Formats: sequence, structure tokens, C-alpha cells
Amino acid sequence: MSLAVAFGALLTGIVIWALLARRLTAKPWETSAIPPEQMEVDSTAGPPPAKVGLWAFLAVITSLFGLFISAYWMRMNHVHGVSDWHPIIVPQQLWVNTVLLVLSSAAMQWARWAANHARPDHVRAGMLAGGLFAWAFLAGQLFAWHQLNRSGYLLDNPAVAFFYLLTGVHGLHLLGGLFVWGKTVIAMARPRVELVDLHLSVELCTVYWHYLLLVWLVLFGLLLST
Amino acid sequence: MAYVAIADRDHVLHDPETFIRKYIWSQDHKVIAIQYSITAIAIGLVALGMSVLMRLQLGFPHAFSLIAPNNYYQFITMHGMIMVIYLLTALFLGGFGNYLIPLMCGARDMVFPYMNMLSYWVYLLAVLVLVAGFFIPGGPTGAGWTLYPPQAISPGTPGSSWGIVLMLVSLGIFIVAFTMGGLNYVTTVLQARCRGMTLMRMPLSVWGIFMATVLGLLAFPALLVGAVMMTLDALLGTSFFLPAVISMGQPPTHNGGSPLLFQHLFWFFGHPEVYIVALPAFGIVSDLLSTHARRHIFGYRMMVWAILAIGCLSFVVWAHHMYVSGMNPYFGFFFATTTLIIAVPTAIKVYNWVLTLWRGDIHLTVPMLFAIGFIFTFVNGGLTGLFLGNVTVDVPLSATYFVVAHFHMVMGVSPILVVFGAIYHWYPKITGRMLNDTLGKIHFWLTFLGTYAIYLPMHYLGIMGVPRRYYAFGGTTFLPDSVQSVNAAITISALFVAAVQLVFLFNLVWSLAKGKPAGGNPWRATTLEWQTPDTPPKHGNWGPKLPVVYRWAYDYSVPGAKEDFIPQNQPPDDRTPAAHEQVPAL
Repeated sequence: MSLAVAFGALLTGIVIWALLARRLTAKPWETSAIPPEQMEVDSTAGPPPAKVGLWAFLAVITSLFGLFISAYWMRMNHVHGVSDWHPIIVPQQLWVNTVLLVLSSAAMQWARWAANHARPDHVRAGMLAGGLFAWAFLAGQLFAWHQLNRSGYLLDNPAVAFFYLLTGVHGLHLLGGLFVWGKTVIAMARPRVELVDLHLSVELCTVYWHYLLLVWLVLFGLLLST
Repeated sequence: MAYVAIADRDHVLHDPETFIRKYIWSQDHKVIAIQYSITAIAIGLVALGMSVLMRLQLGFPHAFSLIAPNNYYQFITMHGMIMVIYLLTALFLGGFGNYLIPLMCGARDMVFPYMNMLSYWVYLLAVLVLVAGFFIPGGPTGAGWTLYPPQAISPGTPGSSWGIVLMLVSLGIFIVAFTMGGLNYVTTVLQARCRGMTLMRMPLSVWGIFMATVLGLLAFPALLVGAVMMTLDALLGTSFFLPAVISMGQPPTHNGGSPLLFQHLFWFFGHPEVYIVALPAFGIVSDLLSTHARRHIFGYRMMVWAILAIGCLSFVVWAHHMYVSGMNPYFGFFFATTTLIIAVPTAIKVYNWVLTLWRGDIHLTVPMLFAIGFIFTFVNGGLTGLFLGNVTVDVPLSATYFVVAHFHMVMGVSPILVVFGAIYHWYPKITGRMLNDTLGKIHFWLTFLGTYAIYLPMHYLGIMGVPRRYYAFGGTTFLPDSVQSVNAAITISALFVAAVQLVFLFNLVWSLAKGKPAGGNPWRATTLEWQTPDTPPKHGNWGPKLPVVYRWAYDYSVPGAKEDFIPQNQPPDDRTPAAHEQVPAL
């Protein structure tokens, strides 16, 4: 784990350095002779703060799930005498749920495309479909929990406990996304709403959805392979 | 690339009109900063009170019947957790971060003011949940601030039923609050700087707070993962961390859990946490030294790079807290190496602080005294860190008072000295009045010397082999009687230092009404927060127009300049020497 972290840190450092090298090697003690109106900062430049905030939040989520996955590996390989880790057969329902989440993400992407091409009807349809597929995914996850519970798996098997934990934490993140989705859908229903006002929300929802799909694919792969 | 539009739009200013919106549900970063600070200091005083009770027990064992062994362990736990998380982290980032980032960057507010407000109220909820532990049957957890399982959730440990659950829930809530605040600080620094405020023109306070926030955002999830899994172990009978333990003759209720896994998670958060507290202190102390020595910070670029390097390296040193936990010995070698490597950028910072003072026009103001006190204390604590960072030296010193002395010097006294220095420095901007100088100097000298009277002898106790965490020492023949005398002396010093803080509190309140009016820029400082049109700054900070920045934050004693400081927003003109005439920095 330590080597992986060290490598990750090194890689992150190199990327950050490459991105910022020019700015971080500036000589700030030299007073600028550039008039203020020509200074590098421009009020319309750069991405909107909400977008930067979302990417920072995705970094936090990456850290969270990365650590959950590390804990999963370490606990799985922790053997003290006889191992208490008994691999489980994941419910078949998860395949259906994965398709639902892919559809949800695809619908969101459709809404984003429509927002970029000024097609408000398609935005509404895409957003609604994306949200409904996500709700269906969550319902499917609950059904998978029910199936697992009915199969007689007990929580004292850490593989089972991790199954509930990982799927639960992922589901909670999706619920958070659905809260924002709900606000956007309500805003869309208001009369005289302009697409331009919703464009950013649609885009941020889409990015978040894609990211949660990626997280789910990693988690599902992990659960299937172990 | 900064993005000033959001900070410059009128409709996001949401001018508060009612008392409640202005002072309670406020979205103004300055009010939120004060709310954070008052709450953090209040809960910090509770933790200080607990340390007094612990010292009374250690200095004069069995003389106070109200301190039972269980209480002692509860005080240890709550004192540690409150001081590290609920006081220092909240005060540096929620308090100073909130106040300084928008003002020093030239923004009107944080980019997400509503979320900023929520951050404070969720933090307050976390504090209340933590304090609720004192009022439930069994009391708060007494597992030690590291909350190691299996002890933390096993019968026999104080608060092992509900106390630990409240602690874990409170930590979870705190992390939510921190994330909301942290996303704000990072995004504001990246996107809301005023025109001309390039990254390399930012004051080091902002750099320190920024990097500490990035560390917090990436490291707190480790604590959250540990807290969630331990809560499930405690409440639902899972076995993430809890191994099969026969407790009090009862058959085991858990199987095969890994206590070491919790330690990895805890310290993956715990070590960056040291720098979450230290980096803002590094940044702030750099600004205090430069301003009060009337000299540009020595090696500004090196200082920024060192902050970034420390931030990255802080993620690969965590297991030096676990040398005696039963890891693979090769891990010890790896982590000892990384621990020594992180000393390099840290040492660069120390040299640069000293070189900033070299040939400076040093004004021994109260903030400067605290800043210099910090350098001494941090060097002290850092040097003992070199002992503990090496496996072979650490093993005999582990779990002794040497460790207690080390981390209190480096992570307790050092940042607290910076907190005091920063409060004396920025109080005039926050309130419009100066703190009383004489009371401030009394406060500094008694606190500074008093803390040394507490912690220097603790190193000696540690080398003698006095174990930490003991409620009382009986039948320990290898300890001479002098150990008890030293403990009594330490306790007297601790009581003295705690009492001295009343002088500070009195000064804070008294100066609010009776302090000398400060004016806009009493320290003749260059950074933007001192250039606001109003003191204290009004809502929106800057009046109708945002400032424009033309220079870095350290133009002090520039040869040929009319005054010994040039504010960041002063345009170059005939009176300002050209760049090539200025004193070059590294």
C-alpha cells in the first residue's frame, strides 16, 4: 500500500508541477509594468467556480473510495489463523443495475449535448430519463441487498459487510446527486426559465453522473473479481 | 487563472438586513470566521480545563477524589481530539482561512457563501454531538485520542458503549463541515483572486491555508472510512477491525478483524493532520516575521515550493506512528527514510525565517514575539522528531513522556503561539482596536516560559522511561522519587500557564471597548486586507471597486521608496524604484 501511495504521490506531484511550473517559477518581487487592463486576469476567463468546486469534490470522493478499496484489499488479505473472509456470489441483479446506471449516465449525456445545442425539450427528456434510471438503479441496489440477505449471508463475514458498505456508500453519493438533480428538474418546470440558466447545472450533473458510473464499474469489478 | 466575475457581481453580495441574517445565519466570510473562532476557542478552553484536571492527578495523585481512573482516560481522549481537530483545525482553516482568504486575495467573499454558512453550523453540530458525550450514561470515550480498536469498542474501556459512537458520529459530521468549508477555500483561492493577484503574489498565509485545505480534503476521508467501519463494528457486529477477543470471560463476538487496518487508516489521516495544522502556522508566521521585521520574506519561491513539497510528502510518512505496531520491518525503513526527507523542506523554511530576520528592522511587537517564540519552539519540537523518526531510537522512547513532550512542542505549543501572534496581529483589522500591548507582552513571556517549564522536563521523564497514559505510578521501582517531584513541578507550571490565559481573554474583551483605535493599517503592512476602505471591513470588503494588485506581498524597506512598505495595490510610479533596482530575493 505504501509503495502505491508513494507512486501516486510522486505522479500527482509531477502532474501538478507540469501544470504549474510556469506560474510557480515566476519572480514575484519584480514589479509588473503591465497596465491593469492588460493583466492576465480577465473577468470572463477560466471555468465557473461551481465547476472547479465539483472537480475538487470529485477528488475528495476519489480519496474516499480509494481508501475504502485499500481497506477492502487489506482486510481481505488479513489472515490470522483461519481466514474469516468467505467470498460471496454477488447477486445477478447487479448486472441489471449496472445497465440501469449506464443508461442513466447516457441520458444525462444526451441532456448535456442538447443543452449545448439549444434543444430545451431534449434537455428535459434527458434529465428526466437520467434521474429516473438512477432511481431505478437505487431500487435495484436495495433489491440486491434483499437477495443477499435472503441467501443467508451474515454480517460476520467481512466480504458481506464490505458488500453492503461499498454499495451503500456509493448509493448515498448517488442520492446526493439526485438531490441536485431534483432541484434542477424543479427549476426546469418553472415558467419562463431560460436554458442558459440551467446549462451549468445540467453539465455538472452529467459530470457527476459519469463519475459515479466510473466508481460503480470499479466497485462492481472489485466485487466480481474477489 | 483567476475568475473575478463571481466575486464582483452585486447580486451575490446578498447584503444582510436583519440582525439574524447579519450575525447568526450570516453568509459573510468575516462573520463566519468569527463564529468559527469563538466556537473553537470555547471548546478549546474545555479541553484546557481537562488538561488541568489531568495534571492535578499526575502532580498530586489521589489528592482529588473527582478524578477517577475512568475520568482520567476520558479527559485524555477528549483533550487530544478537541485540541487537534475541533480547536486547531477549525481555528486555522475555519477561522483564519475564512477571514483571510477573501481579504488577502482581493475577493468580496467566498465563492459559495451559502455553503460556507452551512459549514459553520454543521461544525457547531459536530461540537455539540461531541460534548453530548459528557451527558450520557458511561460518559465520553476514554480510548485515547487515536481511538484504537479493539480497546475503543470493548467492554471495560470508559464510554465503550455510546461514548465512542458519539465521538465517531461527531467526527463524521465534522468531516462533512470541513469538506463544505474546504471546497470553498480551494475554489476561492483558485477562482476569485482579484486582478493582478497571481499565484506567486499571494501572501504565504494564503499558500499555507490553501495547501492545508488540500491536505484536509484528501486526508479526512481516511478518518471517515475508519469512523464508519468502526461504528459498524460497534453497532452491527461487523468485524472490520475487531478481532476475536475473549473479554471478561465472555466468548468472542467478532472474528478476525484487523486492528492494524484501523491504525493505517487513522494515521493516513493523522499525519497529514499534523501539517493541516502546521502549514497555516508556517504561512502566517512568515507574514508576521516579514511585516514586523520590515523585510521581504527570504526565499519566497522556496517557501512556496517547500509548502507544496511538505504537502505531498506528508502522505507518505504516516506509518512512523506505527513502528511498534507489528509492521513488516522493511516498512519501518521506508517510513523512516521519508520522515527524514520531509525534514528538508521544513528546515528550508526555518532557515528562511531566520534569514528574514537577518539585518531586518526588527520591531519586538507582541505578534513578533510570538512569531520568534514559534521558531524556537518549532525547532525544539522538530529536533526531537528526528529522534522519534528513526526506528531504533523510537522503539525505546515509544509510549513514554518523550513522545508527549515532542508532539506538544511541535503540534501544541508551536501552532498555539502562532494563533496568539495572529490574533494580536489581525485583531485591529477585525475590531478596529488594538489589543493592549503591556498585557500582550505579559501574556507572551509567561506563556512562552511557562510552556517550556512544562515540556522540557517531560523530555527528561521520557528518557527516564516514564510511560505515558498512566493514571498513577505505583510499584514502578525503576523510577526514582524525583520523577514525582518533576511531575508536581510540571503541574504547577501547567496551572500557571492555564491561569495566564485569563490575561489574554481579559485583553480580548477589554480592548473591544477600551483598546486604542487602530486605524486602517496600524502595522504598516503591504497585504491587501490592510488596504480595505473600512476597518473593520464592511460587507463585500472593497466598496464599489475591487482592488488591483501590482506587486508581491513583501515590498518592505525597498531602497529609494518613500515609505518602508509599498502596499500590493499601489501602482508603480516615479516614487517606486524599478524592478531591477529592488533587492532581489531567491
